Amino acid sequence: MGASQSAGTEHEFQDLADRTGFSLEQIGNINKRFRQLSNNEETLSREDLASIPALDNNPIRAQIINAFFDKRNLHQNETGTVQEIGFEEFLMVMTHFRPAAMGITEEERENLRRDKLRFLFNMHDTDSDGTINLEEYRRVVEELLSKAGTIGQETAKAIADAAMLEVASTTRGKMEPDEFYEGITFENFLQILNTFDIETRMHVRFLHMDTATLRCGKSK
Amino acid sequence: MKLAVNFLTIGLVILSLPCGSYTEIPPKPPGSVTVLPPVKPAGGPQAFPDAENSNLPVFTMDYARIQVPFEVTLWVLLASFAKIGFHVYHKITFWVPESCLLISIGLIVGAIMHSVHEEPPAVLSYNVFFLFMLPPIVLESGYFMPTRPFFENVGTVLWFAVVGTLWNSIGIGMSLYAVCQIEAFEVQDINLQENMLFAAIISAVDPVAVLSVFEDVSVNEQLYIVVFGECLFNDAVTVVLYNMFIFVADMPVVEPVDVFLGVARFFVVGLGGMGFGVIFGFVASFTTRFTSNVREIEPLFIFMYSYLAYLVAELFSISSIMAIVTCALTMKYYVEENVSQRSCTTIRHVVKMLGTISETLIFFFLGVVTITTEHEWNWGYIMFTLLLALVWRGLGVLVLTQIINPFRTIPFNFKDQFILGYGGLRGAISFALVFTLPDSIGRKKLFVTTTICMIMFTVFIQGISIRPLIEFINVRRTNRNLETINVEIHSRLIEHTIAGVEDLCGQWSHYYWKDKFLKFNNRILRKILIRDNRAESSIVALYKKLELQNAMEILDTVSGDINAGSSIVSLQYEKKSSGKPKRKFVAADLMNMHDILSKNMYKIRQRTTAYTTKHSLPNDSRTKEILIRRHTSIRRSLRPGSFNGPVWNTRTYSTSQKYRHTYSFKGFTLFFTILYITVSPATQPHTITPPPPCFMVGTTHVEIIRSPTLRLTKHGGWNRKSQTWTHQTKGQISTGLMSIARVFWPKQVSSSYWCPLVVVSLQQFDHEGLVHTVSSEHLMLRCVR
Repeated sequence: MGASQSAGTEHEFQDLADRTGFSLEQIGNINKRFRQLSNNEETLSREDLASIPALDNNPIRAQIINAFFDKRNLHQNETGTVQEIGFEEFLMVMTHFRPAAMGITEEERENLRRDKLRFLFNMHDTDSDGTINLEEYRRVVEELLSKAGTIGQETAKAIADAAMLEVASTTRGKMEPDEFYEGITFENFLQILNTFDIETRMHVRFLHMDTATLRCGKSK
Repeated sequence: MKLAVNFLTIGLVILSLPCGSYTEIPPKPPGSVTVLPPVKPAGGPQAFPDAENSNLPVFTMDYARIQVPFEVTLWVLLASFAKIGFHVYHKITFWVPESCLLISIGLIVGAIMHSVHEEPPAVLSYNVFFLFMLPPIVLESGYFMPTRPFFENVGTVLWFAVVGTLWNSIGIGMSLYAVCQIEAFEVQDINLQENMLFAAIISAVDPVAVLSVFEDVSVNEQLYIVVFGECLFNDAVTVVLYNMFIFVADMPVVEPVDVFLGVARFFVVGLGGMGFGVIFGFVASFTTRFTSNVREIEPLFIFMYSYLAYLVAELFSISSIMAIVTCALTMKYYVEENVSQRSCTTIRHVVKMLGTISETLIFFFLGVVTITTEHEWNWGYIMFTLLLALVWRGLGVLVLTQIINPFRTIPFNFKDQFILGYGGLRGAISFALVFTLPDSIGRKKLFVTTTICMIMFTVFIQGISIRPLIEFINVRRTNRNLETINVEIHSRLIEHTIAGVEDLCGQWSHYYWKDKFLKFNNRILRKILIRDNRAESSIVALYKKLELQNAMEILDTVSGDINAGSSIVSLQYEKKSSGKPKRKFVAADLMNMHDILSKNMYKIRQRTTAYTTKHSLPNDSRTKEILIRRHTSIRRSLRPGSFNGPVWNTRTYSTSQKYRHTYSFKGFTLFFTILYITVSPATQPHTITPPPPCFMVGTTHVEIIRSPTLRLTKHGGWNRKSQTWTHQTKGQISTGLMSIARVFWPKQVSSSYWCPLVVVSLQQFDHEGLVHTVSSEHLMLRCVR
């Protein structure tokens, strides 16, 4: 598996490194993985990702895969999805998973939080309208609980309902009986996950990517 | 009251004094100890009566026969009385950890005994301690260890336990040896091996006192679990080192080969212990699969198997502590699914009880023995030991944390490290180990004295000061009360996402292992070890089991389990001939009711009990979670005479996706109203008592919160219009919520899942018999594990 670096030379990587905050080594590793996943082509498609065997057991694999092709995660201001992504986009998505460096300021931490929460939000909000409505939330919960095999569909629905109610009550406070709640906006989302230390939890240790293990667990 | 208790204890002591001294109190006395007073030939009536009188004695006393068990019981009682005594006065246990108090009482008792020249019982002989006193403590620690945080931090824990203890022992040993060379202290005869042995003993950390403080202060989970785990596992390491050094101390010359062998032995001991533990754990789980017909002796298996694991490990001289801890860890998960609810409670309770008693006794005897043994005081050695222990611990924590921080998701900051270092108290293990030193060690008395000093110093000074320190330096706390459904869902979501992305990147991390293990668990282990292994979702089966048992228990206990004490609002419903306006009553106490509801129903969901105090049973009410969904509009129906369960517009639910219709009846398959306040003749005081019984549906364990004052009977009526279930009977009643539900809605409550949403509505009958809905909440019922 020739991990030959393509036209992505040192120079380009440096540029990417500056923009994304990864180190050169990390970018090199991610590039290798990209090559492997895409069969040495320039772009990655959904099928490539879908064929990773290890992902099969993940209950939300569809969402994860979609997240990679979602334009909103690519730090662009468009919505919609793309069919294929290049290495740069791949890297962009990965930046959401950077760990929090030790000495960052409050503001940076806050930005990091928003960033990661935005990623999650986008995972829920499949129709890209900026809010998560009941259907979407329900779907998420069902998917989440489906593989766990513990909870049936009705219960999952009920849980999703209750979660929505909770958001409603937290963000809107008292509601008139005639009011209805359109959906969770991003601000609400931030609010309810306020106490959740996402910046420490949601990260992947890119530094420890071992190229040897990159070969394992992946068969085409 | 406290004085009275103290007098009582002293009285007991004095009573026990004339009982004579003895040398051992093993529960099964070996024959050599019991001293029988000369008796006439055993076995029955005498064939040849003496020349003297042989009238039938009406009243005889044979003390010697019962001596040993009697004294054991008295000592245990004494220690327990002391424990009762402390809790009479609340403030004391807040500021002074229990171990200190116990030691003090022990000191007093020891002083008394010393003054009458009695010998204390030799509780601390090697066998008695290691075979009888230590296993319950370790079992308790292992059984109540919070597994999820533990496994997430297992690397750190083991790192600190193993490497930390080694660092401490070797460091202290070497430095003490250097100190010994100073002539002024007259301790030159202690050679290196003995110093190392002593250092191994001293470095066993036992932060019992600290853990209870941590729990009270809600220190962040990471710190807690590291301290807890370190305490547990370094016992194992210390015992290994101890045995090793004892062996080595006898050898005249130490060769490098021996060092290697030592290391090898260490691994054998550690891993062997774990292996044994796991095996016994599985066997125990497997056994409980078949015990459905012998429910009475189910708890026995737990104890027997864990004790067996301990003993077998001792047989092979491998780490019995690790064995019993791993046995408890493995066993707990499967066994708690197999056994009945009662057995489960029994097991927990007994484990806790045994552990507490053991610990109490040990600290108590620490105090007693301090006075009664012979000491050898040596200023230099003792002072230096204290100093070096502190220094090396501090250094050790610093260095080790620096090394391990990069590997941790949540690194330790300096405050954490300080507390980690400062929380290194010494305790029972050091104490016992030093007592069991062979007498071939010349300076045994000095070691004993030093150890006792060390323990006293750390327990008293560090133990008492750690609470103010924690508050002062403001260690990171864990916020326990804000896990909402959303957070829970997103927690899981993130875990899955991370696992997915990691798979994508071809990376392995501990999520990978966790996933793998869970899969393995579900597929293979559960099938073998758990009886009736349906998928974890058989809510109804579990509910049935629990309901049957709990429905009975409900009437029994007005217990402390429910936070009833603090949250009972008793409303004096006076005769309202003139009547205060009802609105006032309602409005004023509405907040209280909501408070009660929220305090008692809105709890944290945790998969395992994250905190258990070492001094009380795990607080189950925390693991019970009922999520209340406030429906504000229901609250509005305060107006008398209207029990509209308001927004249940059955008209329009069918199509719309808007959220108001999630409030509609259609959204839930089942709800009903539970009466909170019963009818009263005007004179009866109302008590609003907390939770209606609710279940938590979702994983395996369904628990019901009991409320002695709620009950549904069949005499109510279903008000179709408002879709509420109203209640017409009077008096205080208790619950059978789901059974009623099943009676009335058999279709819904069937073998499939039924929607776990319930409306609890506070309804009040005034003295005219009208019903007012005071407040209403939606309850989401979940199972907790």
